[in-house]
Amino acid sequence: MADLRNNFVGIKSPNPFWLASAPPTDKAYNVERAFRAGWGGVVWKTLGEEGPPVVNVNGPRYGAIWGADRRLLGFNNIELITDRDLYVNLREMKQVKMNWPDRALIASIMVPCEENAWKAILPLVEETGADGIELNFGCPHGMSERGMGSAVGQVPEYIEMVVRWCKQYTRMPVITKLTPNITDIRKPARAAKAGGTDAVSLINTINSITGVNLDTFSPEPSIDGRGSHGGYCGPAVKPIALNMVAEIARDPETYGLPISGIGGVTTWRDAAEFMALGAGNVQVCTAAMTYGFKIVQEMITGLSDWMDAKGHRTLDDISGRAVPNVTDWQYLNLNYVAKAKIDQDACIKCGRCHIACEDTSHQAITQFVNGVRHFEVIEEECVGCNLCVNVCPVENCITMEPLAAGTLDRRTGKPVDPDYANWTTHANNPMARQAAE
Amino acid sequence: MGTTQSGILGGRLPLAEYEANFTDLHAPLDRHEALVAADRCYFCHDAPCMTACPTSIDIPLFIRQIATGNPIGSAKTIFDQNILGGMCARVCPTETLCEEACVRNTAEERPVEIGRLQRYATDIAMRENKQFYSRAARSGRRVAVVGAGPAGLACAHRLAVKGHDVVIYDAREKSGGLNEYGIAAYKAVDDFAQREVDYVLSVGGIEVSHGKALGRDFSLGDLAGEFDAVFLGLGLAGVNALRIEGENAEGVEDAVDFIAALRQSKTKADIPVGRRVVVLGGGMTAIDAAVQAKLLGAEEVTICYRRGKEHMNASEFEQDLAASKGVSIRHWLQPKRIAVKDGRVAGIELDYTTLENGKLTTTGETGIIAADQIFKAIGQTFEASGLGALRMESGRIVVDAEGRTSLEKVWAGGDCVLGGEDLTVSAVAMGRDAAGSIDRAFAVAQPLASAVA
Repeated sequence: MADLRNNFVGIKSPNPFWLASAPPTDKAYNVERAFRAGWGGVVWKTLGEEGPPVVNVNGPRYGAIWGADRRLLGFNNIELITDRDLYVNLREMKQVKMNWPDRALIASIMVPCEENAWKAILPLVEETGADGIELNFGCPHGMSERGMGSAVGQVPEYIEMVVRWCKQYTRMPVITKLTPNITDIRKPARAAKAGGTDAVSLINTINSITGVNLDTFSPEPSIDGRGSHGGYCGPAVKPIALNMVAEIARDPETYGLPISGIGGVTTWRDAAEFMALGAGNVQVCTAAMTYGFKIVQEMITGLSDWMDAKGHRTLDDISGRAVPNVTDWQYLNLNYVAKAKIDQDACIKCGRCHIACEDTSHQAITQFVNGVRHFEVIEEECVGCNLCVNVCPVENCITMEPLAAGTLDRRTGKPVDPDYANWTTHANNPMARQAAE
Repeated sequence: MGTTQSGILGGRLPLAEYEANFTDLHAPLDRHEALVAADRCYFCHDAPCMTACPTSIDIPLFIRQIATGNPIGSAKTIFDQNILGGMCARVCPTETLCEEACVRNTAEERPVEIGRLQRYATDIAMRENKQFYSRAARSGRRVAVVGAGPAGLACAHRLAVKGHDVVIYDAREKSGGLNEYGIAAYKAVDDFAQREVDYVLSVGGIEVSHGKALGRDFSLGDLAGEFDAVFLGLGLAGVNALRIEGENAEGVEDAVDFIAALRQSKTKADIPVGRRVVVLGGGMTAIDAAVQAKLLGAEEVTICYRRGKEHMNASEFEQDLAASKGVSIRHWLQPKRIAVKDGRVAGIELDYTTLENGKLTTTGETGIIAADQIFKAIGQTFEASGLGALRMESGRIVVDAEGRTSLEKVWAGGDCVLGGEDLTVSAVAMGRDAAGSIDRAFAVAQPLASAVA
């Protein structure tokens, strides 16, 4: 049996599945249910400073996009931080932590960018027995208009400053949550590290409008006919999040900085992928809000069974394993040649590979062979682009098969070169020629 | 309370039971069901379903239009190819046409529900009375259409759209042909055939003259003299005879008459049916008669077919439907003699048959099935009259790919032509294509004097 116990910057939890700071973690009732369902930890929904709590809209807070069969693919929200009294939250956190000492309980915090504000709240949180804090520098809506959330996360200097205050005023581990609404995720990560953060977590949600009502011309979600950008999350954002996690994991300046991976984690596979790209654990929200807390059971068993099958014993065995394989385009092996191959027994003859290739790409898949509907790769034309694989409705029907070194590539008429060669030394690269002179 | 009394009686069931029995065979899809069903379509390239459809409806496109919330656009995609798309959605043997070709069969042995989706879209458009077609400027040409069935209606509609004036002659009281008289009641509930006829005719320029039969009230020559073109879309009025002893006994009936009477009955309680019914034949007519006999309260209904299951014209789906309603289907039995008592049917004696060197022969053994009613569903014939010198072969009209007959100015399509497929949807395709051919013929002919002036 694989050991799923997680130790993230000293915070221990029985598994690496935490619920992210969000509606599911707004109060004891939900968190208790989550722990009963098996979640390893929760990041309590973001606390604000003492005083009258924020208010939320009284209409739709969420918008979504769907795939086939109305599977929720992307989700957004315009909800703010907790709208409950600070002391109610603190009291409940303390009680929950006492009830569940083996689970991780992290407090998400967002207060104005003033030293005193942070200095004031940190001891109150510490007193609950929380295992750590997460700095919410990510919320892209509402709070950012008040100089908090992503308004801080978009200015590396502010990140560094606030992290420094937190490290100064609390003994608790500090996790800095980053906003993806920037051009280069490495900059805020470096700033957090410079401020002394124990870890970063990412991504927070992405600025988004999920749709437009074509009867009223209101953006969605719509409040009385008007809409505002909300924070986008769910399965659709996973590729963006994976890349940002990888960018930080492989950046020499932040290499080794612990990462809590967030963004569209829906299954155990997603979690394993985040961890392979350098995350020490993952945080989940949309999947729980879509299916309920029980999904964690699929995540736990799936991850454990996969680790057993592959011989991975602990999470350390998988964390960061894919990071060395993430590189820049210029270092990709240009002598690697793959061709699409269609398994005729699996083919259902929908013709989508053909029309995709014929209309939009390389005219490398037949429609008829000897007058019979038959889809087959024309190796002379196939550049190995993978489009057919991606549009085929049957999994593993079309596969990309690498050509062994020395085999004839019928497209170029040349044998496959056994040696690695990339763009930096390619004859067509003007920089390379210059370097060669 | 109903009755299981012997003899041929109406009112075998309580009234409510008739209503329940003759309700829609497949309930229409609601919006959610339609979206789920539409999601399953892969939007295939050069889609096999479309190739399998005799009217070549762009099925992937109309399903995608449903999936994207545009059922009206979807209906237009359907009607562009098949103006009787509503009825075809109900009566097409989709399991041997579009749905058989669906690639989902290969993927998971369950096709996209194309027929039901087609009904979903066309129902919405018809309910909202969306008219997609307007007539081109009047051409001044007049076309006579004989037969207001699927072929005739499709032909007339396309001609009207092209600006020609059409007069349809039909021998019966109502338009629709087999859609009105020859389809099981549970496949076209709520007077759908007549609603569809109204929808088709609302394009304008089509006059229907009922109670007018070719060969009785006029000849082909009369029509050719009066009109610029003639389209023959006649049905099969004749029924094959058994030619065995006892055939004329009371209780031996034509299945097509039984089916027609059921369609014209409001309550069905007035349609008499035997306690023990035997249906002879292996096609859709046999199934429709047998299933409906059962639904009317017959205690025992047996279909006897002289060949094997694999030779039956009725589709697998139809056979299963019959079985699910309690009809037994027996194969390799050929009628030998009808037993008569007091002038009425008492049973039927059948020869057991077998195939010998591909030829059907009797084995010498016989069996007897007690029955008080026997339906003949062993094929229909084209009763040609008034056609003059029109070229016929095997009792049907000979046409080319466009529906042209041997006579100039005369086109034909549907069940009356040689090579017809005995399907509503094929009749629609032939009528539609003949209209196109007629229109092209007009275009190359001398323009009308009035049009020049």
